[in-house]
Amino acid sequence: MDNSLVERQLMDTSVDRNLGDVLIVGGGISGIQASLDMANSGFRVYLVDKAPSLGGKMSQLDKTFPSNDCSMCIESPKFIECSRHPNIEIITYAEVDEVAGEAGDFKVKVTKKPRYILEDKCTGCNICVDYCPVKIPDPFNQGLSESKSVHIYFSQAEPLVTYVDPETCLYLKEGKCQICVGVCKPNAIDLHQKPEQIELEVGAILLAPGYDTFDPKLRTDFGYGVMENVVTSLDFERILCSTGPYDGNLLRPSDKTHPQKIAWIQCVGSRQVIPGGNSYCSAVCCTYTQKQVILAKDHDNGLDATIFHNDIRAHGKDFERFYQRAEKLDDVRFIRSYVTIGREIPENKNVTIRYSTLDEGVKEEEFDLVVLSVGLNPPKDVERLATTFDIELNEHGFCKTDPRNPILTTRAGVFVSGAFQGPADIPEAVVSASAADAQIGELLNKRRDRLSRERVYPEERDTSEEELKIGVVVCHCGANIGRVVDIPALVEYSATLPNVSWAGENLFACSTENANQISKQIVEKGLNRLVLAACTPRTHEPLFRDTCREAGINQYFFEFANIREHCSWVHSKEKEKATEKAKDIVRMSVARAAHLQPLKEFDLPVNKTALVIGGGPAGMTSALSMAEQGFEVYLLEKESELGGMARNIHYTLDGMDVQEYLKGLTRKVYQHSSLRVLTDCRIDDVSGYVGNFLTSVTAEGRVREIAHGIVIIATGAEEHRPTEYLYGESDQVVTQLTLEAEIVQQSDRVQKAKNLVMIQCVGCRQEDKNYCSRVCCGQAVKNALKLKEINPEMEISILFRDMRTYGFKEDYYREAADKDIKFIRFEPDNKPVVEVAGDGLQVTVPDLVLGQKLELEADLVVLSAAVNPSDSGPDMARFYKCSMNPDGFFQEAHVKLRPVDFGSDGVFLCGTAHYPKHISETISQAYGAAGRAVTILSGETVTASGSVCDVNVHDCISCGACITCCNYDAIEFVETPYGKKAKVKEILCKGDGLCNAKCPTGAIYLKHYTDDEIFAQIDQAIREEVTS
Amino acid sequence: MCTGRVDIAFVLRAFSNGADGVFVGGCWPGECHYVTEGNYDTLFNMLFTKKLLEQVGINPDRLRLEWIAASEGSRYAEVMNNFGKQLKGLGPLGSSEELDAKTLKLNLQALTKLIPYAKLVERERLRVRFKTEQEYLEYFASDEFNRLFEELLVDKLAISQIMLLLREHPLSARDIAKNLGINPAAVSKHLSSSSRLGLVSFDEEQKCYALAAGA
Repeated sequence: MDNSLVERQLMDTSVDRNLGDVLIVGGGISGIQASLDMANSGFRVYLVDKAPSLGGKMSQLDKTFPSNDCSMCIESPKFIECSRHPNIEIITYAEVDEVAGEAGDFKVKVTKKPRYILEDKCTGCNICVDYCPVKIPDPFNQGLSESKSVHIYFSQAEPLVTYVDPETCLYLKEGKCQICVGVCKPNAIDLHQKPEQIELEVGAILLAPGYDTFDPKLRTDFGYGVMENVVTSLDFERILCSTGPYDGNLLRPSDKTHPQKIAWIQCVGSRQVIPGGNSYCSAVCCTYTQKQVILAKDHDNGLDATIFHNDIRAHGKDFERFYQRAEKLDDVRFIRSYVTIGREIPENKNVTIRYSTLDEGVKEEEFDLVVLSVGLNPPKDVERLATTFDIELNEHGFCKTDPRNPILTTRAGVFVSGAFQGPADIPEAVVSASAADAQIGELLNKRRDRLSRERVYPEERDTSEEELKIGVVVCHCGANIGRVVDIPALVEYSATLPNVSWAGENLFACSTENANQISKQIVEKGLNRLVLAACTPRTHEPLFRDTCREAGINQYFFEFANIREHCSWVHSKEKEKATEKAKDIVRMSVARAAHLQPLKEFDLPVNKTALVIGGGPAGMTSALSMAEQGFEVYLLEKESELGGMARNIHYTLDGMDVQEYLKGLTRKVYQHSSLRVLTDCRIDDVSGYVGNFLTSVTAEGRVREIAHGIVIIATGAEEHRPTEYLYGESDQVVTQLTLEAEIVQQSDRVQKAKNLVMIQCVGCRQEDKNYCSRVCCGQAVKNALKLKEINPEMEISILFRDMRTYGFKEDYYREAADKDIKFIRFEPDNKPVVEVAGDGLQVTVPDLVLGQKLELEADLVVLSAAVNPSDSGPDMARFYKCSMNPDGFFQEAHVKLRPVDFGSDGVFLCGTAHYPKHISETISQAYGAAGRAVTILSGETVTASGSVCDVNVHDCISCGACITCCNYDAIEFVETPYGKKAKVKEILCKGDGLCNAKCPTGAIYLKHYTDDEIFAQIDQAIREEVTS
Repeated sequence: MCTGRVDIAFVLRAFSNGADGVFVGGCWPGECHYVTEGNYDTLFNMLFTKKLLEQVGINPDRLRLEWIAASEGSRYAEVMNNFGKQLKGLGPLGSSEELDAKTLKLNLQALTKLIPYAKLVERERLRVRFKTEQEYLEYFASDEFNRLFEELLVDKLAISQIMLLLREHPLSARDIAKNLGINPAAVSKHLSSSSRLGLVSFDEEQKCYALAAGA
């Protein structure tokens, strides 16, 4: 982009312009993540959502697989983060109408639909909702419960204001009734509001409109919309959810009783080449169903769950174990069968399903409730979206993308992230959001920091001379706590505790509005400690620490009392006892709060150089992106050549020429002036911490030290060397990579082969390697299709356990079947046998349908060998203090929301070092890691926690007990006037507190978790002791 | 904060406050969220604490350490229910031990006073690092460990108990032994070593021991 244009644009402040850097369309998890990443790397963001609130589909989910985190609980803190961010402007209930201009200079017209509510006046008090006479099906609860014509979209909505449904409002329809106007105290209702048009000027656009679920009503054969007890999986998410239509009681719609027999039907609307169906696989349904089964069994351990499925596609990280977890539960049946919905039984509204099994033939069985595992469709208004933004769609109606860069659309300056790229789960949507941040950062690098502003907090109040004033807020968490614990009684009790000067309650303390209310109370009541009796610090502590800062008190004056996970969730059937326990928990927290000290976090300067380890596509892509964004980058590769495993891959299913791509990428990497490549490289030693790492390397025999601020680990993976099926004994048994090389080299034996057998899952999905290697099914189909191109007469059989051609890869699986490639399923306890037979080989496999042994001749047997983690992993983990999972892949900080971050700050992850993945996925993740890294590199400082250890010199007896237990090397002896004493290097301390427990004299102490603080809690744990 | 932060003193404080049991839950070995593998430190600390509790006549089963991952809600519930049942079986602290409230209190006080010394001993003589839980269990059951424990801690603990007991009023060696459930020969040994150190004095008239002035 022309520099002077940027200047002109940014300097022109003469008129009142809505000037930003990026427009993000869609406020689901992908749009939210992208907004935060961009806002944190120096850009000003407009975040537009057509719904009345941020949140997208993720806000409707009950829990998220495979960790079963509460979906809203991990998403809603991000709503507040967005709303408090000075660089994010949220525009909800709005649609983009027009986009003019070009990359770097877009002019966008946005229409805000009338809410019939003045957003700045509405307090979210819900009085209008109480008085509104019109009941409507609640859209957020999938119409399973009732709401009113005027309502708030959901309790934690951002913004937390009502809106009026024009279709049902009596005034807007017929000019009758204005009750709401009369009861609204702040006069926030304006039933004559008109649409408002806003013009925005931005440099780039990100489309993150998400998806819609397949609507089974369109096809009447599922009984949906006709039979009351047939629901979709999204309906079922709401049914499971404590904020759902039945307050979290697992009931069925027809008679609100507990269903004892539930059936799930997989692939509804997916993998179906029929009118109204989608040919592709929606990629998420297998695992979300397993999640729903686990959750349903959690609700009611006695119920029977039956899952009618096709292939089980557990291709994601930890999915295989998750599947096993669901399968092992009592009274859970996974049945591989196509099904049809039979009939609804009039007396009890049960639903019958007809299915067939190999053993028992066709059966018809009755169920209390049937859940349709519906697939993912493009957004309903996708045509309009495509026209407005002038982008092309693919044949399935999703955004057309380039496998070499799945973040690009067909229009320059317009990017795409999330499920609009194609079916994606939450981590993929988050990764592509961060990836968009990286690419928009490349495009708009020159304007970075021009429009953005720093967050300004009020000055921190000095409370050292104040008497203790503890505030206690008790949160209902909707029905989660409120239904079990007697909240008014708890509030009343809290107010009587020592040092408590105010106690109050909130429906959802984590809603933006209520969090601000708490902040106000702190100021108005002069509170200097805050105890929140609510959920867990794991998800919500940062948010409420921030709330304390907003109120001008030290953030470490915040104390969480977990009365949800530790109380209401586990004691839901003993309400009185739960209330007593909640009192105990609050009393303990209040006692601890009295001891809390104000702590200082400290800012550390950031070295703006990046280090990337691993020179495959992942490492090269992330290195190049950071270099393009103006940072110095070192790229380390252990081999003498860049390219990694991709050097052995020649083409992909979607037709990408991998070697051509690799050549281009390598050239760009070598040519970039701020990117230095070190090959034949070994890391010898690492010291330092986020912002200031020092890595010693030996490259081509030369030792050097690299100072850097962040590091990206992209050490890749390796192909497993099989130990079965005659591999290594017969040279006619090869792996897929060898086959691919021979196809490209046009080897004689491949060209002439008449019969070829492929065997899947070689070396994984087994006890010692309990994961799916994700890429092999696609790889087998890819090579099989290539072979059919060479020789259409070749007999190819693929022996598989589950074909996992997820997403759009399903089309190629179908194409392969159409081209007469035989797919033969086997069970793991009855694997195929490969034997030498004459000049060739013979493969024997049990035929599950006919119950006989199938004997296949083979000129070549091709093994789809597992993807193994790289053997350099443990060294990297040790050097950069990051963890690995039991399979030997690296463990990200949070599987859903921090998929490329590590728990240790300043260290990021991408590519197959994380988990096996296809090249497009690797590229996306590599950009994602670059995007996350730049949120640190683009800042001047990073902040380190205040909860670190310190030493009271006078108590230290120099025994060294602390030093020997600290793996972070954060403690050392220093000479002091009192002799040699232990001293903590605060920036290296991670606050685990091992040293604290080892110190004989209590000289070393972990701030925020001192003996005093913890003893205070222990002393209040047992009430008898208090009163006696 | 890591489970390794759980101090012996926390456990003793809870028992002193009348808790009938103390539960410590940690991450599974090999799944440390830090890189310190601090759960092995926890394992050591808690096995060590059990040993100390046992030494003062408290059933070590009242302290329970379990590995439970964040995702194992049902396992957590199972473990807690099981522990609750077990504690109900044991009855209130002291009852199954046949310790009266006073002795119980004294014993826990004696242990608490011993913590700084115990930590030093742990660091200097007892600390080991193994890769599996089994190895820790075997170590704590080994003759080697028990010899060291006996040699380094048992006498100290007894002296600590005697001192606390004498703080209330002078007692004869026999009464001390009876009160503490320690054999009289050992008590005599401790008393003579303590009087050599000037910690206790023998009142010839009363035929009993008392804390030395200033001790």
